[in-house]
Amino acid sequence: MINKVMTVDEIIAELSDGMSIGLGGWATRRKPMALVRAIARSSLKDLTVIAGYGGPDVGLLAATGKIRKLIFSFVTLDHIPLDPHYRAAREKGAFQVWEVDEGMFHWGLRAAAMKLPFLPTRVGIGTDVINQPGFKMITSPYQDEEELVAMPPITPDVALIHAHRSDDRGNILNLSVDPIFDELLVRASERSYVTVEKIVSTAALDMKTNSRFNLVERALITGVAEVPFGAHPTSGSPDYEIDLDHLRLYSKSASSAEQWDDYKSNFINVDEASYLSAVGGPSKVSSLPKPIY
Amino acid sequence: MSNSSHPLSELMITACAEAWRDAGEIMVTGIGPIPRIAAGLAKHTFSPAIQITDGEAWYTSEPLPLGQSHQQPVYEGPANYDRVFSTLWSGKRHAMVTPVQIDRYGQANISVIGDHKKPRTAMLGVRGFPGNSICHPNSFFFPKHNKRVFVEGEVDFVCMAGYNPDRYPRGQMPKGLDLRLIVTELCVLDFGGTHHSIRIRSLHPGVTFDEVQDNTGFPVTCPSAPIPTTCMPTPEQLAIISQLDPEEKRKRS
Repeated sequence: MINKVMTVDEIIAELSDGMSIGLGGWATRRKPMALVRAIARSSLKDLTVIAGYGGPDVGLLAATGKIRKLIFSFVTLDHIPLDPHYRAAREKGAFQVWEVDEGMFHWGLRAAAMKLPFLPTRVGIGTDVINQPGFKMITSPYQDEEELVAMPPITPDVALIHAHRSDDRGNILNLSVDPIFDELLVRASERSYVTVEKIVSTAALDMKTNSRFNLVERALITGVAEVPFGAHPTSGSPDYEIDLDHLRLYSKSASSAEQWDDYKSNFINVDEASYLSAVGGPSKVSSLPKPIY
Repeated sequence: MSNSSHPLSELMITACAEAWRDAGEIMVTGIGPIPRIAAGLAKHTFSPAIQITDGEAWYTSEPLPLGQSHQQPVYEGPANYDRVFSTLWSGKRHAMVTPVQIDRYGQANISVIGDHKKPRTAMLGVRGFPGNSICHPNSFFFPKHNKRVFVEGEVDFVCMAGYNPDRYPRGQMPKGLDLRLIVTELCVLDFGGTHHSIRIRSLHPGVTFDEVQDNTGFPVTCPSAPIPTTCMPTPEQLAIISQLDPEEKRKRS
C-alpha cells in the first residue's frame, strides 16, 4: 500500500537551490514553521518564496538570507503589525518582490490549479501593483469591452503546508475554522508536502464525519511528516493557539546581531524536539490562551 | 485639538460611525480600534442590519467589545477568508481603514515609503487594498492629520485605487470605486468636490479651515456656505462607546 510518511529532513532533501516554494497558512495561523525552520538552517539558497499571506515564515527566511524573490501580499505578525526581520531585509533590497493583492494571489493559484494561462480580474486596476513587470491587460470579448487584468498563474514547484491529521497515504484533515487558501496552494503546486500534528489510521480520520475538513484528495499530496506543534509560534487551532510571547521574542531578536544569534542558536539551529522544549514543552504550548482580536 | 476640553476619541468614533448610516445589510469592517468601535456603534444605533465579524473568522450577532471579554458571542456564520473575497468582490461590504499615506485622488498606501525595490521604510504590503478599493465603498480614519499623511503628490505606492483618471484605461473609472468619508483628528472630509476632489464636510469644534488646509499637502475644497461643526456624541452614543471599549483602548490609538 502507499506510504507517504517522511521526516522533516527527508522533505528538505527533496528541495533544491533556486526552487519556488509556496507556504500555506495566514500570517500567524497554521504556518508550516517546522519546515521553515529546517529550510532556515539548511544550505538551500536563492529561493522564490511564494507566501501571499506572510508571517514569521517570511521573516525567518528573509533574516537567514534564503530569499531571492518574494511573491506576496503582505507580511505581518497580526498582533504585532510589522515583522522587523522582513522589514530589515526588504529595506536592504535583499530580494526582489512581486507584490499582489490578496485576492489576486489566490486568483493566480486558481489559474495554476486549472492550468489556465490567466484569469481575468478588475483587481489591480488603478494601482501600482499592475505597473510591476509580469502583468498584461485583456479586453473583454463581450459587448462591455472592459479592460481587465489578465492575472497569470502562480505555480510553485513545491507547496509546504501544515494540517492537523493525516493517515500514511496523505488523506489530510485541516481542522481549522478557516482553511485559508491551502487547498489552492496545493492544487497550484507541482508537489506538496504536509506536516501534521498527528498521523493516525485511515479509519481514525473518521472521514464520513470529518469530510468538510478534508483539504484535498490524497493524490495531490507527495509526503506527510508528523510534527506535533509544527506550526508554533503560529496557531494550530483547535489544537493550540498563537504564542504571542514567542512572537514578541522573535520580533525583539531583530534588535541586534547578538540577539539574532541567540535566537538562531536557541530556536533555529536545533532539532524539532529541542525547539519544542526551548519554547516550553507540549503542555505549555497546548495551554496557550486564545488570542484577543 | 490638544487644548480642547471635549473627548476627541469619542467625537471621532461618532463621526466614523456616520460612514455606515443607511448601509443596509452589508459586511462592515472597521480596522483599528476607533473604526471598529464606530462600526459597533453604527450597528447598535442606526444600522442594525450590518454584519460584523469577530476579527478572526465569524460573524457575530453583537459587536464584540475590545479587549478581554467574558461574554460568549452568538455566532451567526463563518466569515472565513474565501467568503470575505466573495463578499467584497460582490460589493456588499464597506470598510474603514487607516493607510499610511493618502493623496488628493484618494489613492492610499500601506506598502512602502520610498522606492518600491529598495524602500526607505517597508510596511505591510498591499494586502487586499487594491481589490477593496475598486469593488466596494471605503472610508478612512486618520488619527493624525498632517502633510506626511495627506501627501502633496501621489502616494509612494498606490495600493488603493482612487479618482485619478490617468491611471485608468481610457480614463474609465471602475464602477465599484466609491470612496466615502475621511475622518481625522481635525475634521470630516468627503470626495464631494469637483471630479471627486476632497472636500471639507465638517470641522471638529475649535478647528479652522486654515488649520486643515495647512496640514494637508493638496488643496482642500471648501464649500461656500459656512462649514458645519462635527456633531458631538450624544449621551446614548457615549454609553454605547464605553460598553464597546471598557478598557478605553480608543484613547491610546
